[in-house]
Amino acid sequence: MEILVCARRVPDTSENEIQLNSSGNDIEYDDLVYSINEPDNYAVEEALQIVAKSGGNVTVATVGTDEDEEILRREMAMGANHGVLLSDDAFGGSDGKGIATILKGLVQKRKYDLILTGVQAEDGGAQVGGMLAAMLDYPFASLVNSVEVLEGKKLKVGREIEGGNKEMSEVDLPCVLSIQTGINEPRYVGMRGIRQVASLEIPTYGASDLGVDASSVGEAAARVKREDYFVPALGKGAEMLEGSSDEIIDKLVELMKAKGGLQ
Amino acid sequence: MTPRIFAYIAHKGGVADDSAAELLAAAKKIDAGASPAALVTGWGAELDSVCEILRGSYAEVWKVASESLAYPNAELVRKALVKVLPPGCIVLVPHNHFGIDLAPGLSIKLNAAFVSDVMGIDGIDGASLKVVRQEFGGQMSTHVRCDISTGAVVNVRPGAFKAVDGVPAGGAVVDKSSDVGALTAGRRYLEIIAAEAGDVDITKEPVLVSIGRGIQEKDNVAIAQELADAMGAAVSCSRPVVDAKWLPKSRQVGSSGQTVRPKIYLACGMSGSFQHLAGLKGNPFIVAINKNPKAPIFQVADVGIVADILEFLPELTTKIREMKKVSV
Repeated sequence: MEILVCARRVPDTSENEIQLNSSGNDIEYDDLVYSINEPDNYAVEEALQIVAKSGGNVTVATVGTDEDEEILRREMAMGANHGVLLSDDAFGGSDGKGIATILKGLVQKRKYDLILTGVQAEDGGAQVGGMLAAMLDYPFASLVNSVEVLEGKKLKVGREIEGGNKEMSEVDLPCVLSIQTGINEPRYVGMRGIRQVASLEIPTYGASDLGVDASSVGEAAARVKREDYFVPALGKGAEMLEGSSDEIIDKLVELMKAKGGLQ
Repeated sequence: MTPRIFAYIAHKGGVADDSAAELLAAAKKIDAGASPAALVTGWGAELDSVCEILRGSYAEVWKVASESLAYPNAELVRKALVKVLPPGCIVLVPHNHFGIDLAPGLSIKLNAAFVSDVMGIDGIDGASLKVVRQEFGGQMSTHVRCDISTGAVVNVRPGAFKAVDGVPAGGAVVDKSSDVGALTAGRRYLEIIAAEAGDVDITKEPVLVSIGRGIQEKDNVAIAQELADAMGAAVSCSRPVVDAKWLPKSRQVGSSGQTVRPKIYLACGMSGSFQHLAGLKGNPFIVAINKNPKAPIFQVADVGIVADILEFLPELTTKIREMKKVSV
């Protein structure tokens, strides 16, 4: 099976305290720690596990700039066969539909049996996979937490729904799935693994390589645009306990006693 | 002129989802004078029952009945909606497991703009709709402008819009079923596999020591368990702890996990994502402990402590054990 995984490099929320910059309408980008969008990493691991059982190849693609190449190398160190960077000045400022349009160009050029994305990246909020599937007229399933390859170009797919329940469906190939975190345990990638793929060539494709009309992507085509960032208004906000840790613990214990949480 | 607004209503067992009232409130934020229509797909008596309920709050209820829509398969629902909806409309969809499945593809087929996980609406300004979203785990909010000149599909965060009391609408049910015809999909629903019951039923516990990513590794879960043992509480967790396989799924609080109603909730080393908080009901006393003073959990907690849980929890455990010795 030929599998394409669409991945992104994003600021790592667990590693960063996000601050506004001095102009107050955008975030401070200096010193941000970036990594692969977490669900995308699970998608790559799932693709690797599928080809380990059923044969085939895994290609990881990202839309971005040279800086984004590092996540392609990381996923190649995990075991992906190919990395592809989709990069063009015309792609800058694309909204979700623009990104899906670019990826559609790659899918039509290369033909894949299965396309995986992570369930969401925070700035988009779960959109590119579903859009790409609709553009290609492929079936789509989101929040996927199990994949089994069946006979006859089909998959049995589980989706995470409310209350920890799982919705099972049969899906025809080719299809697009958005992969939920926790579906597998992504393998560890060490520095040594990354060094081993450091010299592998990563091809770059632009709009003309992909047959993408430059006017259908990028900022000018984007119908959804972020205007600014701002710090969310605090709700009532917590009463912050301060002092030495003994003092804090004494106060906390008193509060919990008062609320009936300690007998 | 504001485009026509539709609210897609999820339902189960003949009862409309809570989002029905929230989407109505969101529609009023787009345009206070709007008279949004409810859009309901399904089959049989359950569908009729939902339409009857929705007439109470929506001025118009568009009913799409088809046996193939008896179970809400997003691909089939999308195909039905594309046949029924007028061009240029705004469609509101709850941002849950079904909305995530439906809405992005629907926007492509309607040639409408799509904006996801919206938690605030500023209103319409010319041909654009201005909304509020969150990024970076809730650390930052952002204004997003969405060009609605060819319509829009807007996924609305559950719980973000409070239902508003309105006069009973006494709405009309408009049957659109004949527009739909036969529907087929490349994805076919098979069954629901129910969640496995866990060793501890966290939904029944009055006190929960709940851990997030800040617990850092599996061996540290014991630190939380020791505190829970000292307090007579149980350990629950947020999604990253389950993803890492440090605790079973049955211990997860959140929209994709359990809904709990404790009296006291110790949120330890977690950011407080809305998906997590969606599983926390009954207005518990929330104590948040996080080393990041900007963690969004501090916005919703009653009491906050900026500390590393790996140091703080053992100290708290020691104190509570000493207290219990004295009182015995």
